[in-house]
Amino acid sequence: MAHSKSPAARPLSPHLQIYQPMLTMMLSIMHRLTGAALYFGSLLLAWWLIAAASGPEYFALVNGYAGTLIGKLVLFGYTWALIHHMFGGFRHFLWDTGRGFDLSMVELMARASLIGSLGLTVAIWAIALTAGAL
Amino acid sequence: MADMRTPLNKVRGLGSAREGVDHFWRQRVTALANIPLTLFLAVTIALLAGKDHAAVAAYLGSPLAAIAFAALILSATIHMRLGMQTIIEDYVHGEAAKIISLIANTFFAIFVGLASLLAIVKLSLGG
Repeated sequence: MAHSKSPAARPLSPHLQIYQPMLTMMLSIMHRLTGAALYFGSLLLAWWLIAAASGPEYFALVNGYAGTLIGKLVLFGYTWALIHHMFGGFRHFLWDTGRGFDLSMVELMARASLIGSLGLTVAIWAIALTAGAL
Repeated sequence: MADMRTPLNKVRGLGSAREGVDHFWRQRVTALANIPLTLFLAVTIALLAGKDHAAVAAYLGSPLAAIAFAALILSATIHMRLGMQTIIEDYVHGEAAKIISLIANTFFAIFVGLASLLAIVKLSLGG
């Protein structure tokens, strides 16, 4: 048995920059990115809940931040990240059963989750706006 | 100097921590719970955006909303801690940095969870 001190210099597999970007790969990256964004976004949610529990004065301050253009974009982005990550989860549930691995199905699900998440997010905000939000 | 340790002895303790199945199932069960709870949260955020304190406090203090939020906070913080654990294990390879990151991940999830739950409890008991 060999007992070399340092491991042999083995060839490394190429990393992201070598690959042609593809939709399925982008969705895989987006699933991780939306997950990480929601992780830190949970701080915003906690902040908002604490503001509501703290009373009208502090809540008005936080509400003021949320009402700016950037605040509105963050709110929209946050709800989209929630819903997009959920659609990514649907694909993983199907894959967990061993189904949906053929290329046409993978491509179809990638498109469906993009269109579905954007469509559902816009629909939720459209309904909320007509119900008098913002 | 001859190495007296057997190959098996050298790899003992370096392999699987035998918690992979538990991680997998927790991730899936919380993901399932997160489906209705996520939709509830997205609709809630959209509906309450721009509303004043009285309206938001009344909504969040109602029993059904409070139960849904408490369930969401529990399920989501467990789910996001497991997800971030996977990300850390994928990208952080130094032993010390990895352990510190994993502990910080646990602390972050518990902090966010407790802070959010406390706010919900306070709102439920009348602000």
